Amino acid sequence: MAEARGPLLEVRGLTVRYPGPRGGAGGGLRAVDALDLDLAEHECLGIVGESGSGKSQLLLALLGLQDPAAQVTGSVRYRGEELLDAAPARLAALRGRRLAMVFQEPMRALNPYLRILTQLTEGVRAHLGLGRRAAAARARELLATVQIDAPAQRLRQYPHELSGGMRQRVMLAMALMCEPEILLLDEPTTALDVTVQAQILELLRDVRRRTGVATLFVTHDLGALAAIADRVAVMYAGRMIEQAPAAELYRMPYHPYTVGLLGSLPRLDQPLDAPLPAIRGQPPDLTALPAGCAFAPRCARHFAACSTRPEWRSVTPSRQVACHLDGPAAAVGVGP
Amino acid sequence: MNPSPEAPLLEVHDLEVRYPLHGGRRGASTLTAVAGVSFRLDQGESLGVVGESGSGKSSLARALLRLTPAAGRALFLGHDLLRLQGEALRATREHLQIIFQDPHGALDPHLRIADIVAEPLREFPPPPPARQDEAVRRMLARVGLGAELLGRYPHQLSGGQAQRVGIARALILHPRLLICDEPMAALDVSIRAQITNLLRDMRRELGLSLLYIAHDLASVRYLCERVMVLYRGRVMELAGREALFGHAQHPYTRALLAAEPIAQPLPAAPAPSAPPASTAPPAPGDAVASPAHAAGCVFHARCPLRVARCRAETPTLRAVAGHQVACHRAGEAVEAGDSRG
Amino acid sequence: MNGAAAAVSPGGSAWRAAWRQLRARRSALLALGVLAAIALAALLVPCFSPYDYATPVWTRIFTPPTLQAGRIFGTDALGRDLLVRVMWGCRISLLVGVAASLVSVVIGVLWGATAGYLGGRVDGLLMRTVDVLYCVPFIPLVIVLEVLFGRNFLLVFVAIGTVSWLDLARIVRGQTLSIRAQDYIAAAQALGVRPATMIRRHVVPNLIGLVMVYATLTVPSVILFEALLSFLGLGVQAPLASLGSLVADGAGEMQANPYLLVIPAAFLAAIILCFNRLGDALRDAFESHRG
Repeated sequence: MAEARGPLLEVRGLTVRYPGPRGGAGGGLRAVDALDLDLAEHECLGIVGESGSGKSQLLLALLGLQDPAAQVTGSVRYRGEELLDAAPARLAALRGRRLAMVFQEPMRALNPYLRILTQLTEGVRAHLGLGRRAAAARARELLATVQIDAPAQRLRQYPHELSGGMRQRVMLAMALMCEPEILLLDEPTTALDVTVQAQILELLRDVRRRTGVATLFVTHDLGALAAIADRVAVMYAGRMIEQAPAAELYRMPYHPYTVGLLGSLPRLDQPLDAPLPAIRGQPPDLTALPAGCAFAPRCARHFAACSTRPEWRSVTPSRQVACHLDGPAAAVGVGP
Repeated sequence: MNPSPEAPLLEVHDLEVRYPLHGGRRGASTLTAVAGVSFRLDQGESLGVVGESGSGKSSLARALLRLTPAAGRALFLGHDLLRLQGEALRATREHLQIIFQDPHGALDPHLRIADIVAEPLREFPPPPPARQDEAVRRMLARVGLGAELLGRYPHQLSGGQAQRVGIARALILHPRLLICDEPMAALDVSIRAQITNLLRDMRRELGLSLLYIAHDLASVRYLCERVMVLYRGRVMELAGREALFGHAQHPYTRALLAAEPIAQPLPAAPAPSAPPASTAPPAPGDAVASPAHAAGCVFHARCPLRVARCRAETPTLRAVAGHQVACHRAGEAVEAGDSRG
Repeated sequence: MNGAAAAVSPGGSAWRAAWRQLRARRSALLALGVLAAIALAALLVPCFSPYDYATPVWTRIFTPPTLQAGRIFGTDALGRDLLVRVMWGCRISLLVGVAASLVSVVIGVLWGATAGYLGGRVDGLLMRTVDVLYCVPFIPLVIVLEVLFGRNFLLVFVAIGTVSWLDLARIVRGQTLSIRAQDYIAAAQALGVRPATMIRRHVVPNLIGLVMVYATLTVPSVILFEALLSFLGLGVQAPLASLGSLVADGAGEMQANPYLLVIPAAFLAAIILCFNRLGDALRDAFESHRG
């Protein structure tokens, strides 16, 4: 189905920097550090990371929604058009229309004082100039797409009258109103119960099938991505450290962090006599990263070369890693 | 860790927790968070309590700690926790402790770590109090924290470290029973494994019993010998670990197991299928507040196996194939995941 | 690295955190400096001045401010040196302001924290008392007290004391309610900590930030209240002067000798402005921490 065009979204060397208290580098930090990323049409790219990984900052920077105190450098090209230095009016025209975002906490992202109808139709009336009736009709259509029952009734309700799962569906509907090409999702299932999560993931798969929208799915939940992502990228301390097709990544992770992360998840079919293989140490302190590989202090496999920062390189045609090790860490047995 | 033939450590009968709701109308209705839950927990055993939001699991924990009023009976070390007052109640606190979901929220932001961990000792001083410092250091070391953290404040710690401090505080008095209220939910994925291992080690070292509340089944399976599944304040199923995970009897348990995301799909495994559409979440009115149920199974609105009887008659907890199950249709010759129609 | 705890004050020692925040804001430091200068002057100048605040000097009445003869601020209607009187006025105003605020802080915090933590009927009783006290008309109260007990400086304290803790009690109660919902309170309850200890150990320290803000904002309103009382002739008794009574005296001479009004009014305004600026800066500091 995908035509052989250039990537839909091309990110090179993206850096989001917060200066230190004195304006210099001292005490400052890089929430995102020299990141490269490609998103092809209709593709679903999952981005995995924990606290301090920079995954949410990445999404915000893509849309130009980052903190005003942050300095963003690098290149973000949407269909060849550079977004980082685009005029604010141009960005506003693109947001919601071509690149849409679904935020993490639906209760916070929805305006508690406006009815669902108002919030759903706001974007489509601004971008596509639809009249009130047409916009409402489209809203009803989309609520049905996201499997909300009694759409006409729901439109008149306020956010607090809906359950968490419903609110998340509304957020998704809002994002889809203008038929965007790229859907950015920031932890859409984290705040939800596990059965509701499963439904939302199923819904997302369905939406992708129907509309062909490309998706950038940011989460800390590796399990969720297994269900939906074509490719998975792993972030640590603001850097991308591994990227591969989903099935390959889960089957044979290369980077010790990825290995540790997958290994530490308790699974339903795991033997119970041994302790869980855990990554030792604490999440990284972005203001005090070691020179060289950011993961080295916690890595069971670190050696002399790790004091220099590893390059982002292709180890197979479909996989990139930033690690000095030759070959997958899993193959050589990464312990806790 | 077989259930001992002696008296159980904790025996709960028909625990009920209701919250009054102040609606616009007069005659405020109540929200029944926990409706008649009964279970037992033996010395040294670990019981997992699984349920989604609204299942009443947190209310259950708070009720046992008398942080919330409750009805029913809860026998702990021979006394009814729900009836004790004053000094007698205070005396039980030494043996029953809790760790919370938000690691930073559970620590007083104005106290140093040393004071936080020492507070239980100030309330129940072991003789002589001069050795409190030593006890605090030792406990911190046991949970894997260095003495350099003693002088720090909670906001200077990471989530994992803060949770360890919470565990140190809870365990410094060597309680018999530790209630864990979703302790992993707010932690990074890679840290969860560390804390899970820590809890396992503490259980072994201190002979601790756990009441482990969570909404993810995988960590429950790792830590608990028996599991209780709650839905809307009622027990749906109660069984041993192998039994529950191997062949769950209640449709809700099966739905939970089916929904659990698989992190490492084997090449041949299909993508996890969503529960059938009839288990869609209930209308928001139900999710927010429901009046005390008259009759009928709490799960019937979402259940793929429901029949007319389920709406009319509340199922009681009964023994089926070694599990305790509250379902009219448990034990029938039906396959897992059967749908209506 | 911070969790979601809704701490009113930043974690760690509130005093140190406050100081750090204040240091970053120049106008606040300036305000602090001005206040310190005024307080120092008020303390020292009367000791070193050859003139005292009470003795009339009939040969020198209504001398305008001049740098000679040490009459920097001039003299008033009775020939008393204005500089010394203004310094005494500052002493009185600052003393009343700070002391009365301190008392009201202590009462307000204990009252509000107890009401908020214990809830139920205790809460109802305590807060209805506050409501009733709000209704008391204060000027008439002071007049009645002075009629009954004569002009007594202590009465000023009593009157002010009855008033100024009410707002603080309400605010503290509100904040205590949100503190009470925190898990660390539940953790302490799970240890069997008794209510009195709980309030002392866990509630009040977490209120300090808020209290600091409102205390610094209470001081100017107390000073103004005292100034009002003195202006009406109900405050300090002559020959003692507070800034309010000086302003009152000066207002009478506004046409002919404006300096008698302008100088004490300027000091009063400066003191109030500085406290307000401090309080605002503290509040900004704590707000930004929460956000």
